[in-house]
Order: sequence, then C-alpha cells, then structure tokens
Amino acid sequence: MSAAGSDSTHKITPPLWLLAEVTYRCPLHCVFCSNPVDYTRYSQELSTDEWLRVLNEARPLGATQLGFSGGEPLLRDDLEVLVAEGHRLGYYTNLIASGVGLNEKRLAAFKEAGLDHIQLSFQDSTKELNDFLSSTRTFDLKSKVAKLIKEYDYPMVLNVVLHRLNIDHIQQILEMAEAMNVEYLELANTQYYGWAFHNRDQLLPSREQLERAERITNEFRARVGKRMRVIFVVPDYYANRPKACMNGWGSVFLCLTADGVALPCHEARILPGLTFPSVRNHSLAWIWRDSPAFNRFRGEGWMKKPCRTCPERDKDFGGCRCQAYLLTGDAENADPVCDLSPHHDVVLQAVAQAQQPPVETRPILFRDDANSRRLAAKEPVS
Amino acid sequence: MSDVLFASDAVLEIPRLFRLQWETAQDAWVLLYPEGMVKLSPSAGEIMKRVDGRNSVAGIIAQLEAAFPGTELRQDVMDFLETAHERGWIRQHT
Repeated sequence: MSAAGSDSTHKITPPLWLLAEVTYRCPLHCVFCSNPVDYTRYSQELSTDEWLRVLNEARPLGATQLGFSGGEPLLRDDLEVLVAEGHRLGYYTNLIASGVGLNEKRLAAFKEAGLDHIQLSFQDSTKELNDFLSSTRTFDLKSKVAKLIKEYDYPMVLNVVLHRLNIDHIQQILEMAEAMNVEYLELANTQYYGWAFHNRDQLLPSREQLERAERITNEFRARVGKRMRVIFVVPDYYANRPKACMNGWGSVFLCLTADGVALPCHEARILPGLTFPSVRNHSLAWIWRDSPAFNRFRGEGWMKKPCRTCPERDKDFGGCRCQAYLLTGDAENADPVCDLSPHHDVVLQAVAQAQQPPVETRPILFRDDANSRRLAAKEPVS
Repeated sequence: MSDVLFASDAVLEIPRLFRLQWETAQDAWVLLYPEGMVKLSPSAGEIMKRVDGRNSVAGIIAQLEAAFPGTELRQDVMDFLETAHERGWIRQHT
C-alpha cells in the first residue's frame, strides 16, 4: 500500500454508511454545527449527474445506508431525484434535515421516491431557545413539519443536540418527543468540532447538569419502555476512554462533501498533510480501497505510545484523529480524552472550567457565511 | 413454556421500521433500519425471508422443514421468533 503509516495486512471492509452532505448552504445558523468553519470555501456543489454516478458506484462497494445531510439538504431541488435513485439501488435512505423547506408536496414526493426515514432536528423544547440557538424563527415551523412527517407515516428520529444552554430542559425535550410519537429520540451531546469547538466554553455542560440529564433520561426510558428508543450520546470530554470514532478510520463510514471530496469522517478535512480525493477525479472504489488518505489511519501501524501497545486498541482504535489533532496538534497521538494519554490534562482543564459559572470571554459565534469567511481568512470574528 | 407468543395460525410481518434484503457484499440477509443494519445468520435469514405478511407460523415451519428435510426445527424457529419479536423485527399481522 502506498500510504506511510498504513497497515498492509489490514482487511478493507465495505463502506456501509454513505453520508452525502449535498450542500453546505443552510437557513439555520446553529452554534454547534459540525460543518467546517471555513465551509464557504467549498461552494462548488456536485451536479445531479455527479451525485447519481457516485450513488451507483458506492452500492457495489457494499454501502447500504445512504444519508442525505448538509447543510440543509432540502435546499437541493434535485433531492427527490437522488432519493429515488438511492431507493432503486437498494439503499436504506435517510433524510437528515432541519425541516425548513419540508412541505406537504415534498413529503409526498419523497414517499413516492421511496424515502425510508426522516431525522428532524430541534434545538430545544422551547421556542425561545430553539430560535436563539439556530438564529432563526423556526420552532413553530419545525413543530408543523414533525406532525406532517407522522401524517405521512414515516419512521422518525428526533435529534436534539445537547449542551450547557439546553440540557436542563431535558424533561421537556423528552415530553416533546413523546407527544410527537417518534420511534427514536437521539439526545446527542455536542461533539467539539467545527463551530462547536469554537464555542466550546459556552457549550460544555457541567458534570452536575450531565448527571441530572442522564438520571431523568433513564427514568423516562423506564416509563415508556419499548414505545420509543432513546439514545443518549455521552459527551466524550467526560469519559476516560475515547469513543471508537467512526468504528475506525476507513472502516464503515464514507462522507462525501458538497463539493465532492471524500472523507473518512465529517471533520477530517481539518487534518494537515492529507489530500482528500474528490469524486470528480477518482472512482469511489479507488478512493475507498487505495487512496493514501483513506489508508492513512487504517489498522494499527500508525499508532504511537500509549495506543501502540494498549490492550484496548482494537476496541477504540485510539479514539478520534481529529480530536487528537485539535487538542494536541498531532493526529497520530492518542485521543486526549483517554486518561492514558500524556495530553489528558487539556481535557481535564476544559472540564474543570465547565464546573465554574460561565465567564463571557468572547461572544458565542453563529454559523453564517460572514463568520465562515472571516474564519477561513483567519481574521478575528469578534 | 406456559404461554406461547404466537399461535400456529398467526400471520407474521416485518414492521415498516425495518427492511429485509439480501446483501451480496455481506453474503447475508440483513435488516436495515434508520441509520443501522443487522446482519442475520444464515438460519435467521431463512426464517426472516419467510416473514412476509402472508405466511403463518405453521406455514413458515412447514416450509423450512421441507427445505431442510430430516430436522426437527419447530423449537429453534419458535425461539428465534421470540427473540425477533423482542427486538421489534416482527409482529403479528392484523
């Protein structure tokens, strides 16, 4: 294999999860958005024909789940065409959306196209905070859309990203999900990448907030039983072992960005020294199996101490390469969430600060084009 | 067992949250659901592909015994159906 640090004995498995971030355009401006902060640099979106070709290439590689995300995927007016082709090819098709732009006409068209499931995001159980966090007036619209999704008999996942500013509303969020009659509720504590990393000091909850939220969630689970599955994603800053990020680099997950660049996770574009291939220039089979970037952190050959000899390295794969880079400056280091990492203190410091009342050192930064351009140019944003 | 989960004439179906399909890349039957997949064992696949909203429990067992003659499958099938029901993969068609 061509890439330094790759493990030539490592077996290449199918890219089960194909995430199509079809656009970075978005009517919302969420402070915890996982899109790159410099997304305005990547505005040359793939055409309908380019997407259709890629969907046809990924299916024989073994992709089964197809997610349409963004940005707001509903801003693409060819989304019905892409869903229909995904369905025809035998993918399980997932629409991951804010709800803005999802009217009755489109819901019916998606049904016709074979869309299997809709994941709708809410920012909070209250109109005030939902609208503040997304910097839009969207709460009432989202509520209407949630009703319509059930009227059209779609399986529905409600996704609420949790953080310091909304986690104390957990009871109301759970009750909102129950009233919506959703099949799954995903309570996803913020992962600190992209815009969320920039806003981390404002978003990281205290340990007390987190423990309260988990307790209330468990009480709710016991009450509703099998009627609704509640997934509570623990914030990894409070763990002492890292998450098995993406189940390993280049293992099951393939993200395609709006401009056609293929990534082993949503965030990998931040990693220096790697050239991520574009579907405009390469076949998806080459990208997944042979490209240096997708082989860079496959297997264990790249690992340093303490991961290299760790008995848990086949469980968590050393954690997240992007978090290792963001917090230690070197993507080959152990994810510093791990208490065996020599850099674990950077996580402990952030956690210690989160136990104190917030200090307003700089204002919270909304995801919008103007801020993105300033961050891309490395200009001050506040 | 005092209680039987499904009567012999109960017709079974897969709820709309799940979709069963053959995956060449996995060389297996899989169940797909929102953002996830379960890869079925060969025997689980043989049972699940007969859960189609028309076959009864007795019909599924008879078909399997015809396909794999000389084996007593009833208890294994009933055990699997209980597990599958517990996980929400099947329900009684009404």
